[in-house]
Amino acid sequence: MAEFDLRAIAEPVDPIGLKAVGLVSVAALVLAAPFLASEYWINAIIVPFLILSLSGLGLNLVTGYAGQLSLGAGAFMMVGAYATFALQLRVPELPLPLALIAAGLISGVVGPVFGLPSTRIKGFYLIVSTLAAQFFFEWLFLKFPWFYNGNSSATIALSRGLSFFGLNANGAHGRDYLTLGIVALLTWLSFNLIRSQTGRNWMAIRDMDTAAAVIGVPVLRAKLQAFAVSSFILGIAGALWALAYLGSASVQSFGLHRSYQILFIIIIGGLGTIRGAYLGAAFVSLLPLALDWLFQYLFSGQVDAGLLQNIEKAIFGILIIWFLIREPEGLSRLLALRRTAAVAFFLRNPFLHFLKQEPEP
Amino acid sequence: MSTSATPALEIKNVSLSLRGVKAISDLSFQVEKQEICALIGPNGAGKSSLLNIINGVYIPDGGEIVFEGERFQRMQPIEAARRGIGRGFQNNALFSGMSVIDNVIAGLSRHSHVTLVEEMFRLPRALREERDFRERAGAVLHLFDLDKHARTPVGTLPYGVQKKVEMARAVVGEPKLLLLDEPLAGMNAGEKKEIAAVIQRLNAELKLTIVLIEHDVGIVLKLAHHVVVLDYGRKLADGPPETIRDNPDVIAAYIGSEHAVAA
Repeated sequence: MAEFDLRAIAEPVDPIGLKAVGLVSVAALVLAAPFLASEYWINAIIVPFLILSLSGLGLNLVTGYAGQLSLGAGAFMMVGAYATFALQLRVPELPLPLALIAAGLISGVVGPVFGLPSTRIKGFYLIVSTLAAQFFFEWLFLKFPWFYNGNSSATIALSRGLSFFGLNANGAHGRDYLTLGIVALLTWLSFNLIRSQTGRNWMAIRDMDTAAAVIGVPVLRAKLQAFAVSSFILGIAGALWALAYLGSASVQSFGLHRSYQILFIIIIGGLGTIRGAYLGAAFVSLLPLALDWLFQYLFSGQVDAGLLQNIEKAIFGILIIWFLIREPEGLSRLLALRRTAAVAFFLRNPFLHFLKQEPEP
Repeated sequence: MSTSATPALEIKNVSLSLRGVKAISDLSFQVEKQEICALIGPNGAGKSSLLNIINGVYIPDGGEIVFEGERFQRMQPIEAARRGIGRGFQNNALFSGMSVIDNVIAGLSRHSHVTLVEEMFRLPRALREERDFRERAGAVLHLFDLDKHARTPVGTLPYGVQKKVEMARAVVGEPKLLLLDEPLAGMNAGEKKEIAAVIQRLNAELKLTIVLIEHDVGIVLKLAHHVVVLDYGRKLADGPPETIRDNPDVIAAYIGSEHAVAA
């Protein structure tokens, strides 16, 4: 049997058949989830996980694909949330889906404004510009009561609940499907985009921007497009976070810690991969819950509850560090290597030889 | 034909300083249409800097570039690409996170006309363009005998193969002028022969004007129609290969330098 390069077979687009089976089974599982899971599961686990995945996806487009480091994810989520609130409040005839799209567009215009410095500065310096967005919007939405309609707690909440083309989306199932539908649609659109010329332009700029310009990639336009699409998605994610998950939100819901959280999600999941956002969001949102459940099960009643919580946080932190040392390229890469090892095993096994597929031309 | 009189490229009195050091001083020469022009000279002679000026990465201190009859004091890199100046780099400047075919398709960016929204929703125009780009990239991969590597991540390939991918990326956009910086460096004898043949084909069949930098003088003298010798940023000699070979200045510049004149 000829030797083959493990890395080389890890990356080529795998047989579409496998991908379709995976997608269909995930879709079936997710659609069935509202009937399998309790309301607690939906409200506290599935919905936030989906929205965090969507946020990770949005940030991954600009940071993972186009290589523009951003710490402004929270800011663009905030813009989307406050824009949706303002539109629903002041233009009540606008149905929620259109309000969400409009809020996404507003955020999608704001993003490139703070991305403009990326045409002159790179890497860590760009963080300053995106941090400016973070602080500016925290200030703006607190300073002017118009943005939160002057209520005493300075929070935003929908007065008449969620409805989607006349369908009531207030219950756990309604919110789940609303979130799921939006996340699925935006994932599909992002996927199309990164496999098109725009996506190639982004990755070219990320990998070597001088060469990209010389071979004819419109560097400036592509960077601003990356900021626009990214903040469009982040804006919609922010609106969902405020209205479908939290119910009522404030600027603290989208503070700097949120920006860090979204950045961690894509670093842990895998920069520049679509699935990385989902894997990272699962890691960040589900692992603490699993730890909590495990510790409650093992030590409940024997150890002080506050101490237990701190131990959980410490273990979570240690897991992140251990994991990033083992696989700096994130969960997505880890998964690809596992799959490659599995494929290699099958290829070596003469009885399973019929599974071997020639790569498409 | 009246245009045949216009050279493809004119370098007129170009000077360049890099961090206070004079890299090119008052350099002038012409490249005729459809010729292969070789730039030779020891390391640090200013060859790569000159290519960087031609496609807009460096701004010259003085002088001008005339490309197809139009004069420029400086050109943005994207503008150079749009006007049809293709470029291969000395140390591979490939997009390491992408597959071979995606690297090559990235070279077609200047021909892309679809909008972001069309791409997002996979509208017919976007699909048509994608199919067209894949076909064009596939044809160029075939020309360089890279078909079997199309899906491979470019970073995993050996240096010589990467070099070919880089040339494919430069050629796919159908440039009028192709600048190649040491396209044969780091290749074994067989690969050198293969690439030299491809360069000759690009020139003969696609009517491509080519400016290349190469140290292997033996190959240069066989390949080029026109040789320009640089040393310390100045032009030492300029003419057909036969006259360069016997030029005493050239021989003097090469003796004692690290590059022996290879047979």
